[in-house]
Amino acid sequence: MDLLLQATFNGIVLGGVFGLVALGLNLIYGVLNVINFAHGASMMIAMYGTYWLFTLYGVDPYLSLALVMPAMFIVGYGIQRLLLEPLAGTSPSNQFLTTLGLLLVFQNGTQLLFTSNFLTINTVYQTITLPLGPALLPLARVIALGFAILLGFLLFLLMTRTDLGRAIRAAAQDPGGAEVAGINVNRIYGVTFGLGLAMVGAAGAIVVPFFYVTPSVGETFNIPAFIVVVLGGLGSMPGAVVGGLVVGLVTSIGAAFLPGSTNQILLLGVFIGVLLLRPTGLFGRRLV
Amino acid sequence: MASRIPVWLVGYLLLLGVAIAYPLVFTTAYQVNLGIVILFAAYQGSAWNILGGFTGLFSFGHAAFFGLGAYTSTLLFIHAGISPWIGMFAGGVVAAAVGISFGYLTVRYRLRGHYFALGMFAFAELLRFSAQNLDAIGGSVGILIPFKGNAPEIFQFTDKLPYYFVILGMLVVILAVSRWLKDGRLGYFWASLRSDDTAAEMVGVNTLRYKLTAMGLSAFFMALAGTFYAQFYFFIEPQIVFGIDKSLDGLLRAVIGGLNMVLGPLFGALLLAPLGELTKILLPIRNASGVDLLLFGILLILAVRFMPRGVLGTLELISGRIVRWRRAA
Repeated sequence: MDLLLQATFNGIVLGGVFGLVALGLNLIYGVLNVINFAHGASMMIAMYGTYWLFTLYGVDPYLSLALVMPAMFIVGYGIQRLLLEPLAGTSPSNQFLTTLGLLLVFQNGTQLLFTSNFLTINTVYQTITLPLGPALLPLARVIALGFAILLGFLLFLLMTRTDLGRAIRAAAQDPGGAEVAGINVNRIYGVTFGLGLAMVGAAGAIVVPFFYVTPSVGETFNIPAFIVVVLGGLGSMPGAVVGGLVVGLVTSIGAAFLPGSTNQILLLGVFIGVLLLRPTGLFGRRLV
Repeated sequence: MASRIPVWLVGYLLLLGVAIAYPLVFTTAYQVNLGIVILFAAYQGSAWNILGGFTGLFSFGHAAFFGLGAYTSTLLFIHAGISPWIGMFAGGVVAAAVGISFGYLTVRYRLRGHYFALGMFAFAELLRFSAQNLDAIGGSVGILIPFKGNAPEIFQFTDKLPYYFVILGMLVVILAVSRWLKDGRLGYFWASLRSDDTAAEMVGVNTLRYKLTAMGLSAFFMALAGTFYAQFYFFIEPQIVFGIDKSLDGLLRAVIGGLNMVLGPLFGALLLAPLGELTKILLPIRNASGVDLLLFGILLILAVRFMPRGVLGTLELISGRIVRWRRAA
């Protein structure tokens, strides 16, 4: 019972992080119709940023969100405006080939700079655990879950309650109409990609206190994020949250009770099934 | 009658002559090995190109077929003593059957563009995790192939030179088959579904059949590469043979060399392999293992943007312009 409770809690935390990663991926897909294969690798870049800010300057990992998120926003904005925008109108495969190229550049570039050693930081957060019945909840994970929920909620508010959000949704639904209405669609596209990377950057920063950093760590989050997005429905934001929880719980509880990495086989099987049978996801239509 | 020999055939024979002469001129182990690396990459690219280039279905998961080939021939050899020469074709048939089955599902449920790429990627990952969890086939530790000395009948050589000619022979076969199919009836159907498969279907092209033909052939040839890999390195494990790197090897050569062109992947390999070697020579540091991929990633981004026809396509374009300019002059 303790094990189940512990695994469930870890699953919810993982689900929150996966959901946050997937929200960014989904936003980019929903508006730009591009699958960002470099999404996990972007998270890894943010994790290195957080790691070095802490190691060199002693910046608290949660405080570093204030630096990492804007930095990742700029990276995302630049990727869209400089690399993807010029490809508009050419073969659609060109855009996802470009994000694939970025994945190779990010992953192998960091490996060249920082080697493939596993890096971890020691903060005061790791030493604190909160008791919940028979289980112990590490404070760092509780905080991560809190940030994931908060940031997801803020993104939701941004998309539904602000002019920027309305402009993004307009550009997603009808770029031509949005342009006529005076929206600079290319700039909105850049902002969207920027927001997507800021989200995944935040996810990177909040896991550093309890997760190792290495160039290939993005894969750990990339594949689940794809699964979350496809489960929840490409382009659907509430779907990303529910999908995130499902994937997080299956990963965590499966890791505790199933042999080896059987849980991954299960998830990939479900993923392919959903991709084939219901590419709009289990939760229906596009909502962005 | 001599004029009946097409120009392209002369070009192919010239290339073949150069390829045969290469290891006889450059005889050190390093040089022969470099030749094998180039030919092997060209072969992988050509196998990927049959599906990705000729029909436009971009696969991010061809490692699935590479791994199936490597595991089938290796398991048959270790457990049943069957020569990898035979196991190679068994692997090819297994991969083709799996490819056609999975391909059927993707066509039936209309997976296209990045959905298809993602589906193939997930499929390769599924096989990787499955192989890692099956202890009966070595699990995540992998399989060490027992070395029996120089034994050509079981695809084992102590010298590198025989491997060079084996992979050269495989490349000649795949290029000849590619040329033959692309110029034939099948090639026209592929071209029709490549440009617009909905329109092709509406005018009565059996798109399912032609997509699956490409999928089966592409999977079959990729599986043979897997067996070659196993017999060359005498070691396979899921992370390597089912890993994302093996999926990207073929894609990178084909896209950078020239999609939908028979010789495109060969030119891609001729460009990328020496570049990869150069980075290892120029950056003699411990972490240089990924530098070639870093460079290839940059090249991929640049090629997509500035040379969508790839290296070979761009060369053709330039030479075509020179010819026209000369005629006009």
